[in-house]
Amino acid sequence: MTTPLLSLRGISKSYGPIKANQEIDLDVAENSIHAILGENGAGKSTLMKLIYGVEQPDGGTAVWQGEPLHLASPAEARRRGIGMVFQHFSLFETLTVVENIRLVVPGRKAELTERIRTLGRDFGLEVDPLAHVHALSVGERQRVEIIRCLMTNPKLLILDEPTSVLPPQLVEKLFDTLRRLRDGGVSILFISHKLEEIRAICDRATILRGGRVTGHVDPREHDAHDLARMMIGRDMPEPMPAVATEGGDKQLEIIGLSYTPDDPFAVPLSDITLSVRAGEILGIAGISGNGQSELAGLISGETVLGREQHDRIFMMGKDVGQLPAAARRKLGFAFVPEDRLGRGAVPEMSLVMNSLLTAHSLKLVNGGLVDKSRATAFTNDCIRDYDVRTPGPEAEAGALSGGNLQKFIVGREIMLAPKLLFVAQPTWGVDIGAASAIRRRLIALRNEGMAILVISEELEELFELSDTIQVLHHGTLSQPLVTRDTKAEEIGRYMIGASPMKASA
Amino acid sequence: MNAIEFILAGMLAAATPFLLAALGEMVTERAGVLNLGVEGLMALGAVIAFIVVYHGGGHFFAFIAAGISATLLSLVFAFVALGFRANQVATGLAIGILGQGLSALFGKTYESLTVKGLPKIAIPGLSDIPVVGGLFERDIVVWLSLLATLAIWATFAFTKTGLVIRAVGENPKAAHAIGYPVIAVRVAAIAFGGMMAGFAGAYASVIYTPLWADGMIAGRGWIAIALVVFGTWLTGRIFLGACLFGAVSLMSLAAQATGLDLPSQLLSSLPYIVTIIVLGIISADRRLLKLNGVASLGEPFERR
Repeated sequence: MTTPLLSLRGISKSYGPIKANQEIDLDVAENSIHAILGENGAGKSTLMKLIYGVEQPDGGTAVWQGEPLHLASPAEARRRGIGMVFQHFSLFETLTVVENIRLVVPGRKAELTERIRTLGRDFGLEVDPLAHVHALSVGERQRVEIIRCLMTNPKLLILDEPTSVLPPQLVEKLFDTLRRLRDGGVSILFISHKLEEIRAICDRATILRGGRVTGHVDPREHDAHDLARMMIGRDMPEPMPAVATEGGDKQLEIIGLSYTPDDPFAVPLSDITLSVRAGEILGIAGISGNGQSELAGLISGETVLGREQHDRIFMMGKDVGQLPAAARRKLGFAFVPEDRLGRGAVPEMSLVMNSLLTAHSLKLVNGGLVDKSRATAFTNDCIRDYDVRTPGPEAEAGALSGGNLQKFIVGREIMLAPKLLFVAQPTWGVDIGAASAIRRRLIALRNEGMAILVISEELEELFELSDTIQVLHHGTLSQPLVTRDTKAEEIGRYMIGASPMKASA
Repeated sequence: MNAIEFILAGMLAAATPFLLAALGEMVTERAGVLNLGVEGLMALGAVIAFIVVYHGGGHFFAFIAAGISATLLSLVFAFVALGFRANQVATGLAIGILGQGLSALFGKTYESLTVKGLPKIAIPGLSDIPVVGGLFERDIVVWLSLLATLAIWATFAFTKTGLVIRAVGENPKAAHAIGYPVIAVRVAAIAFGGMMAGFAGAYASVIYTPLWADGMIAGRGWIAIALVVFGTWLTGRIFLGACLFGAVSLMSLAAQATGLDLPSQLLSSLPYIVTIIVLGIISADRRLLKLNGVASLGEPFERR
């Protein structure tokens, strides 16, 4: 066997009491696309930071092209030929593409501009070098990141969850780029938790669970079910079947809503029309940054419409466009926002206090005074029923893991017994087991007659949950698509704004 | 000499303290650090420069000494605000008060003493033009300040140094991830801001009004900070803003000279009133602030 490009033995890293990586062994071969597979919190990102020199390991050895490797900084990693594309992009929004690249690559502006164009042509990474980054789509930003890495001529390219931000069509394009790079002599470390993608493109896979390696496999020889078991340590639960329901009352209706926010980086919404009936789940698909947070603000009541815009948003049959959030909740509306810390919960406060934030209407406050025992009882119920792993109701919300806090917030909102529930990104950063529990719960509530609106970036999730899907792109909403008659590729075409007729021709 | 000629002739000199301090603060803020101690840094620079000139050290060394002393004080700010990640607003205020205190202490025995200013250098030809000619007859420091303005503008427009400063200010985590020393860049930006504030103070005390009086900076440091926002962190606009404030502060003098029947307190508060109005107008345009603003301004940088 030839010497591997990169070889790790017994790499460990702890943050205080948390052992993020324990005794990791890993060999990356030349000309290989190697997957690092694991759930959120399994230690994938930490491992990549160690390889890229952002963090230093506590113990273990690394060998790069047959020589010992000790990286003090990312700059050193780049000099040795290791490049990384981050999951949350490390681009500077107010600078242009070429300026962003110039921060990493030496050279004159004109010459860099030309190289960006050449690389774009050779590897299918077309982007305008003189555009400002804040004006680019997520896919284009990712291309900028990849180009920026390629310009330092790496031997190893690390991609952290590269497909999580892309619609299906662009995933194929990215894979094509990656195959071309591999054939050109670049090895790729591909971090993901999406099993089918890994089976499609990777020739090796290392599986992490709880900071340890649980297997080295060839992903093409295993089906998704096997990989999932290695990743989560048990079998995947079956999805909850949806019961056919009669169309109930329209609990949420938005008619021809257009809105231009003050913030120049925000996305204006135009002519949004949707409706959610009792006993129905409507899913809103789309890549984030296409108006999701603006729409969420308008529905939740965080953003209130101006006086001139009436008869745009109806909840339970009432025009609520000018009503603030609290008044909408009184009508039977509940909301799980996309950012858990700061919007969904106050990180510095205990779970009991966080329960009070929205559940005060359930007589947890009596004559202006907090009824501590009822509030604690409510919190305990929520912790028990929604399997929130926490030392107790007095734990600070910010001390919970993302997934556990999400279970708590979803549980709290469901316990309000709303008529209309709006969940933005229900399972973002939640591990597979808990995510599946949340989805089962949402379908059960739908079967009982709740109207549910879900915004999600995960297409698979929307296909499991929704009766109908609408796609948000550049602030406009597609027509409703009945989920069981629709293919992922069709949704994907709407996600990139291609006309569905033209693309299918 | 009518009022317009008077204002035009004095405008650049009156603007120079604003300009130097504001440009320094702009560089500091572009790197993501809010230093509210400018007033104190100017006061310290002013007294040190005055003492040097009074004891015969000459103007050149006065500026050097003022620049060094204000830089050292700004490094104390950097040490506390970056080293301990203390709240930048509180730290800046404290350093500002310290600077003003030191200035009062050192200047105690020099109260009401005067020194000689600097000769004016006229630009041949231009300075003979009627009405606007006064603009072109100024001391060397004014001309050097204009060169510094050009240099700073060019740095941000064309050089990698400028790019790195902006990157650190916009997204320090990303700058760190691609391998730039965030803390070092910020310390350097703070030191530069301190030096410029020192120069600004020196100009005020040994050239513009070469007389020592405690509290002579009189809020110009605060106006300089406001100017940075007013100019939306852009060199050209800050230059225009500094000229505007220079002109407004002369206007109150001109109005008094022409016998305009207004209380002098009202006239001398004119620059501050204009500051408030202009800031109000600028802040109303959130688009402008967001596009040019510094995303991480005032936030401490933590590696994880």
